[in-house]
Amino acid sequence: MAARIQIPREARRGEVIEVCILIQHPMETGYRHDDVGHLIKRNVINVLSCRYNGVEVFRADLSSGISANPYVQFYTVAEASGDLEFTWADDEGQRGSERQAIVVKG
Amino acid sequence: MRRLALAAVALAAGVALAQERAIAPGELKSGSAFLGSDLRALQNDDFANPGMLWVERGEKLWREPAGKENLACAGCHKDTSMRGVAASYPKIDKASGKLLNLEGRINLCRTERIGAEPLRYESEDLLALTAYLARQSLGAPIAASIAGAARAHFEAGRASYHLRRGQMNLSCAHCHDAQWGKRLLSETISQGHPNAYPAYRMEWQTMGSLERRLRACLSGIRAEMLPYGSQEYLDLELYLAWRAQGLPIETPGVRR
Amino acid sequence: MRRRDFLASAVGALALPGAALAQADPVDPLVRALANGAPLRKGKVALVLPQLADNGNSVPIRITVDSPMTPADHVKSIHLYSERNPVPNMANFYLSPRAGRAEINSRVRLAGSQRVTAVAKLSDGSFWYAAAPIVVTLSACLDES
Ligand code: HEC
Ligand code: HEC
Repeated sequence: MAARIQIPREARRGEVIEVCILIQHPMETGYRHDDVGHLIKRNVINVLSCRYNGVEVFRADLSSGISANPYVQFYTVAEASGDLEFTWADDEGQRGSERQAIVVKG
Repeated sequence: MRRLALAAVALAAGVALAQERAIAPGELKSGSAFLGSDLRALQNDDFANPGMLWVERGEKLWREPAGKENLACAGCHKDTSMRGVAASYPKIDKASGKLLNLEGRINLCRTERIGAEPLRYESEDLLALTAYLARQSLGAPIAASIAGAARAHFEAGRASYHLRRGQMNLSCAHCHDAQWGKRLLSETISQGHPNAYPAYRMEWQTMGSLERRLRACLSGIRAEMLPYGSQEYLDLELYLAWRAQGLPIETPGVRR
Repeated sequence: MRRRDFLASAVGALALPGAALAQADPVDPLVRALANGAPLRKGKVALVLPQLADNGNSVPIRITVDSPMTPADHVKSIHLYSERNPVPNMANFYLSPRAGRAEINSRVRLAGSQRVTAVAKLSDGSFWYAAAPIVVTLSACLDES
């Protein structure tokens, strides 16, 4: 499961920064049929979380109500240099993770 | 003298061709011009455009050794060598004399150069490599050649484009030459250009090739859908490229 | 302005107690269940989505909550509800004062024209909500290509 994360590379301490993530996932609703008419089993990313230097700063429960290839954007305060690490899991137990570094000045 | 005569014929043919254009070059509009502001903004957002997931995957595949030869595409091709290449497709392959679209060209290098299986149409990997290569031509004007061996394919493509088909007895031209700008159900009919493909379509909820889009049009008019990669699609793609000559590539497009 | 909103604001203008206000609002029972008996008030939350979507498979949505996001006063969670989707609770987002700003952007699937509701739970235990109508011209379905 590929993903893209967008955060500023650099920020001032205390600055509120925008965090975006885009994950490649069909978010199968369980109501679609395949080429031969079989119902495709529901399979959605049901949980997504973001840790900033190990501390959870954001978490979401998602459902089939979120579009395929989910996009989520939120904010966090730049506290220290380090990593933002995203982890997620879908109904079939597949897990994904992706991290991005940030340099915090001042 | 003979040369001059040939040039005159070519010139005359060029003029005749120019007169055949249903949409004048100055009037050409990309499909994105007919989108709502949300989808247009999404296409132009290099981060949030979901098609970029495939472009990124394509870049990885481009650098990854594969096949019996364990070679990467990037091993033979310098990154900058692919600038503008997608804008010249479909194109005649010199060795075989066959017309290839970008998908066919990728698969030819896979089978002939690295000893790998061809990738299936609409597979994540073929969409990814095609999107990555097309992205290298972002902004490049479409410039497919219809000279030489390509000419016969162009003619076949033109005939196919104007052929009435399906239960609605419509040709491509009925919608994309005569009705563009008008509403059809919840969509606005565009001029039917190939410059944004592979594109991410909301209705598919995923990326799709130009041929998948053509199949959607055919299914819409209750006409027969041809198998992926069939000669008729390739010829049509060449005709579409000629119609769109000069329009900049904008892969990955975002569509309804 | 929809009639019910108009009624709600008219009632508000008469300065009736919160309970009466809550009764005037057509809130989904599920949303009520989330609040678990606590008063659910309109306000603080802003929900932005297009009035009209050509395709229900991907509709941009923005939720913002008016909050200082301090340890003493912040948004704990934001909950999104659909009136017509097979799964009404579309998403829950959990925030902390570390967010700095209470705003979420995402894209949702909507099975037809309906009202979407966003509820915020604040650190003082209060619940606030906003709702918005949307017309979806083509609901989530597929062609045969
Ligand atoms: C009944 C009208 C109709 C017919 C006939 C039709 N199409 Fe389409 N076509 C559409 C609609 C509607 C769309 C989606 C909106 C748009 O035009 O981009 C579309 C989209 C396209 C696109 C994608 C444009 C873009 O920017 O995404 C291409 C290319 C295309 N058609 C080519 C064809 C070809 C080739 C044929 C004949 C085989 C054909 N169409 C027949 C209605 C039609
Ligand atoms: C062993 C070397 C080699 C490898 C590896 C290789 N190619 Fe090629 N490729 C070539 C050669 C040589 C040509 C030119 C063939 C010609 O012009 O007839 C070519 C042509 C192309 C072209 C057309 C360029 C144009 O100007 O029209 C594309 C696109 C392409 N390759 C893509 C790929 C992809 C994708 C891969 C990885 C799957 C790949 N190639 C791997 C040697 C290679």
